[in-house]
Amino acid sequence: MVSARPAATPQGRRRRTLIENVHAWLFLLPAIIGLGVFEFFPAFFAFWISLFRWVIIQGPFVGLQNYADVLWGPRSEAFWKSLGTTFTYVLFTVPIEIAIALGIAVVLFRPLRARGFYRTAYFMPYITSTVAAAIVFAWIFNPTYGLMNWALEGVGLPAQRWLDEPSGVIELIAGGLGLGVPAWAAGPSLALIGVCIFTVWHFIGYQVVIFMAGLGSISPEYYEAARIDGATERQIFWKITMPLLSPTTFFVLIIATIGALRAFNQVFVMTRGGPLDTSRVVSLEIFRTFFQQGNFGIGSAMAFILVGIILLLTFFQFRLVGRRVHYE
Amino acid sequence: MLASRGDTTDASAAVKPRRRPFRPSSVLKHLWLGSLAALLVFPFYWMLTTAFKDFFEASQFPPTLIPRELHPENFATAWSEAPWARYFLNTILVATSVTIGTLITATLAAYAFARMEFKGKSVIFTLVLATLMIPNEATIIPNFVIMGRRYLNLYDTYWAQILPFVASGFSIFLLRQFFLSFPKELFDAARIDGAGHLRFLWSILLPNSTPVLVTVALFNFLASWNAFLWPLLVTSKDELRPVQLGVQVFSSEFGSQYHLTMAAATFVILPVIVLFLVAQRQLIQGYARAGIRG
Repeated sequence: MVSARPAATPQGRRRRTLIENVHAWLFLLPAIIGLGVFEFFPAFFAFWISLFRWVIIQGPFVGLQNYADVLWGPRSEAFWKSLGTTFTYVLFTVPIEIAIALGIAVVLFRPLRARGFYRTAYFMPYITSTVAAAIVFAWIFNPTYGLMNWALEGVGLPAQRWLDEPSGVIELIAGGLGLGVPAWAAGPSLALIGVCIFTVWHFIGYQVVIFMAGLGSISPEYYEAARIDGATERQIFWKITMPLLSPTTFFVLIIATIGALRAFNQVFVMTRGGPLDTSRVVSLEIFRTFFQQGNFGIGSAMAFILVGIILLLTFFQFRLVGRRVHYE
Repeated sequence: MLASRGDTTDASAAVKPRRRPFRPSSVLKHLWLGSLAALLVFPFYWMLTTAFKDFFEASQFPPTLIPRELHPENFATAWSEAPWARYFLNTILVATSVTIGTLITATLAAYAFARMEFKGKSVIFTLVLATLMIPNEATIIPNFVIMGRRYLNLYDTYWAQILPFVASGFSIFLLRQFFLSFPKELFDAARIDGAGHLRFLWSILLPNSTPVLVTVALFNFLASWNAFLWPLLVTSKDELRPVQLGVQVFSSEFGSQYHLTMAAATFVILPVIVLFLVAQRQLIQGYARAGIRG
């Protein structure tokens, strides 16, 4: 049957290959144009911009001067401070998210009544917009009429200014006990902690889902064998679940860290980087430099440094678990 | 690892008898899971109940957990205080365009990667995967410049909100994986019957790809619905703003009218929650399978 077709001759086959190639490229064209114009070209263009004095309009070429300004020049103080705030934000969200999500996933994974209901409840915050949900949290944290202060009063603690509070949490706690702490031990501002609470609330459901998928990929035979050998639940958790779940845990750790490094919406809506810049994370610093001050050159240099950190984490993930991550 | 076995676990749960003997440990489990669920859902309750209070009840301390009187007219008031219909039309227009655009570009590209032979395939595919690793932060300033007067001149247009998102490496990747898993025999049979690529794609492959198409569509629609920073940069006119910008502006303008702000937040959150409740299986499994970044 095949021999009846023109493809059987060498020219025919070449022609068909050519047609197949043309077709394939036509299929790819829209996606390639889109990705080329709005992903690839900009990635290089961003570096190009960062090499110029570029305040709204392009100025003279300055080489790596913008990077010097950001890393140790006139911009460095604000930049390093924002980077420090970002890492604090990561530190006060990611481990807590992972611990709680793991605690939920392990319990929820077993057959249990109302499982579907729980999963829905946990996942709901994740799909709501960070902007609208952050507005709701700003209301919950309201210093005058807010729910949080009512809860604090309920347990006999003094009301707080929450998102308007620049003092560190350790300083506040120590102050409440009548103690003073040195400035370096003041801790992150209560405003930043407020944003952290929102972040944990928002992202936990996503991590529960990923952990559940990870738990599902552990073969039940391990558990059966362990039970036959008389292992306790605690032993099973530490000796089987945790080690076999470690690729998932690592994946969640990296994804959550990258997400936290990039956080913008919730901080912008809840605090705008204030009070006294104590919640000005790096993406807000970039936004201020680039959009509010119009300094595209410096803004691009800052963005590139942040991107460098993110790519480093991505590479870690690929190197360490890349081969063990597989998609359906 | 991320190949979800969520389905299998659901199945195994269904096989076990529904009623289990009472065990004290399950009470503890429900206590733990239930109190966390209550904490996570409570902000929604608080939003909704504040939206139903009048101004005085909303701004009183201590607050009332259950509204004394219900004031549904707050929603009408909040709705009339800002051009919400316009915001919603804008968001729906942009999100729908992005979703349809992505479905078209990604389906075609994914098909080429999965079922066609051409020169440079592996290089191009690697480049597409590489876009997954380019974070937004790297492209946002140059894209802002590209949208400016010197280049595309698209500030304050819908195009500026749509175009950057109609090609998505992630969607291409997801669809390609699914297309690859599609039995090759069907493809060969269709070819022998004389069906071209487009014909096969349209009448055989796509009708059998509904779950993955729905997942891709939902991801893109939700991302577009929730977009904030990019529209903030490229729009300055109220009539082009999407709901996320609208609710943010509303909350700064009506800052002390908490009942109205919460009514506005309800407008924005409720449609997504309804969508989620309708399509939650697709969404949760999609997120679990893809393991995408937030």
